[in-house]
Amino acid sequence: MWCNPMPNVITVENLAKSYLLSHQSQQPYAGLRDVLSEGAKWLGGKVLHPLGGRSGAERTSQEEFWALKEVSFEVKQGERVGIVGRNGAGKSTLLKILSRITEPSAGSARIRGRVASLLEVGTGFHPELTGRENIFLNGAILGMSRAEIKCKFDQIVDFAEIERFLDTPVKRYSSGMYVRLAFAVAAHLEPEILIVDEVLAVGDQQFQKKCLGRMEEAGKQGRTVLFVSHNMAAVENLCQTGIVLDQGGVVFNGKITEAVKSYLNTFSPNTGGSDLAARENRQGNGQVRITDLTIVDSSGNRNIPFQIGAELFFHISYQAQGAVKNPHLIIGVYDLMNVGVTRFDTEIAGSLPASLPASGCITCSTKGVPLVPGRYQLNLAFISNGVMQDYLAAADYLDIIGSDYFNSGKIFNESDSKLTKVLIKHQWGITS
Amino acid sequence: MTEQDEILITPGMGARHYWRDLWRYRELFFFLAWRDILVRYKQTMIGVAWSVIRPLVTMLVFSIVFGGLAKLPSNGVPYPIMVFAAMLPWQFFANCLSESSNSLIGNANLLTKVYFPRLIVPAGSILVSLVDFFISCVILGGLMAWYRFVPDLKVLLLPAFLLMACLASFGAGLWFSALNVRYRDFRYVVPFLVQFGLYISPVGFSSSIVPAKWHVLYFLNPMVGVIDGFRWALLGDAFPVNWTGFLLSAALVLGILVSGICYFRSMERSFADVV
Repeated sequence: MWCNPMPNVITVENLAKSYLLSHQSQQPYAGLRDVLSEGAKWLGGKVLHPLGGRSGAERTSQEEFWALKEVSFEVKQGERVGIVGRNGAGKSTLLKILSRITEPSAGSARIRGRVASLLEVGTGFHPELTGRENIFLNGAILGMSRAEIKCKFDQIVDFAEIERFLDTPVKRYSSGMYVRLAFAVAAHLEPEILIVDEVLAVGDQQFQKKCLGRMEEAGKQGRTVLFVSHNMAAVENLCQTGIVLDQGGVVFNGKITEAVKSYLNTFSPNTGGSDLAARENRQGNGQVRITDLTIVDSSGNRNIPFQIGAELFFHISYQAQGAVKNPHLIIGVYDLMNVGVTRFDTEIAGSLPASLPASGCITCSTKGVPLVPGRYQLNLAFISNGVMQDYLAAADYLDIIGSDYFNSGKIFNESDSKLTKVLIKHQWGITS
Repeated sequence: MTEQDEILITPGMGARHYWRDLWRYRELFFFLAWRDILVRYKQTMIGVAWSVIRPLVTMLVFSIVFGGLAKLPSNGVPYPIMVFAAMLPWQFFANCLSESSNSLIGNANLLTKVYFPRLIVPAGSILVSLVDFFISCVILGGLMAWYRFVPDLKVLLLPAFLLMACLASFGAGLWFSALNVRYRDFRYVVPFLVQFGLYISPVGFSSSIVPAKWHVLYFLNPMVGVIDGFRWALLGDAFPVNWTGFLLSAALVLGILVSGICYFRSMERSFADVV
């Protein structure tokens, strides 16, 4: 490596964090009552069996859970780093340690410069207070001084586009206004290091774009940005490097495009859908039960966020009391506003035999699913002889992420998805 | 980027920069208190009326029961004034306790999302209770004018006793707020302690009726010293302070404060994980 002029602003060495999981109670906090009764039990044991030794040892069994283990990395000044990983991979724990909200159990992190962490939009917003009051409160909570907030007040109001409602309690705001105001305050932080957790998942797309732009700007001004998101397109757009976490450890650290690939690979098979066989919430007369739905792409990846246009295969397993006559299967695809987007239907495509064995697996193959990035809900229906046998609403979700679908060198993002549901490959030219 | 901007995060950290951070976050401290005051008095009528009615009614009941029915002595001072002079610090203390014991839980969303020295949360509750205290002061002024009672120069010592009340409340508040996070059912204990404290503190009666053989036990209550101080400063020599007892109370206040800070600091690290 040649010498890099940029100094490290964050140096993390062997950082680890463990939580004690108590198997008795679900809450992390104890009840005084429990402590007292435990103590009484212990004392009682001592009185009854004074030589009985450590009868107190059989208390609630506790298990150590390592949310982070042996995490090491460095971040240079001005770098924009995406931290990606599945739910529970340790991203939030890492950010919480770096923002000093919680302490590590081992290891160290060295941070040079003023840190502002944005783990939530609108932290400390109070519904009873007006927009104006909340700007000051939230600003102070995020680490701005009063003078600083005063100075940027007009900019913040402009950014949020809420001038008219400045003196209205925020409880009367629409959720869009609320988020805009909250983010506007955060966007005017001027720390040397900005730590951002999945906050762009809210707000309309126009505004999300504005926020991403603002963060990009921050990076260009030499600020360091740590950004956590499940939106791979946003991460790919904003960050230069990526750190992939899986089960508390760093599995990849390098260029962002490689990192996103590595992240997609952390989705091991069979983790996506819930157990359909055991599911109670279903309709139909129950003579046929759908026991599994697996979504696979042409390279065999299962249940991961798929890129636009991926050739998907839907494998549906079922179990019936006898042979199934005149089967009819439908996979309904809905967006999260519950608007039907498309469906896969054996009656349309017409390719199932008139009778099926009592159990088996049916596959629906596609030649590419050109849906815009986002999350889709899959509803499954299994009909036999015109009677609904089994109906599963939200049997699974399908996540589509941005990709260079048109091979144009541009990534089609979730933020480009407004007013669009389906992408059709096309080209433009001049007619002679 | 200066060297002092470097933050080192390790297990068991924090102690080094804690007090400096506390100073740095003083604005947040005022903002949080300002928020609580604002929210509290937003529904103006109820907010202000409540802080007027509560001490007035309590004072009325105590005057009737202890002064009127039980005929306890009031050393030549109108009974309502004697009661109210003690109500001031006691209500303040009780308010602080209930406010601060819930303060951490109430601000759980902040604790899990941003860093700041957690000490400022229970400390903020003291500031909020002070507002109620000053409202009560105005009522006492009115009461004194009504009875044509003029306090002497000792009233200038009142801030010193108020400081003692603040320290006592802060110390106890630290204990309770931290315990409340750790043991969630502790909040049921607080109202009981507050109610119990009202009867073992000289609010409805004066310290002069307490037999000498009980004095050691009696003065172990830190609020006894504070309340006696208030009465002495406000009502004059009709209520002499038992200075030995006062020192005992003051020492106890200090003890609660120091141990409270230590306990709070030791628990603070795990707040975000537990709350």
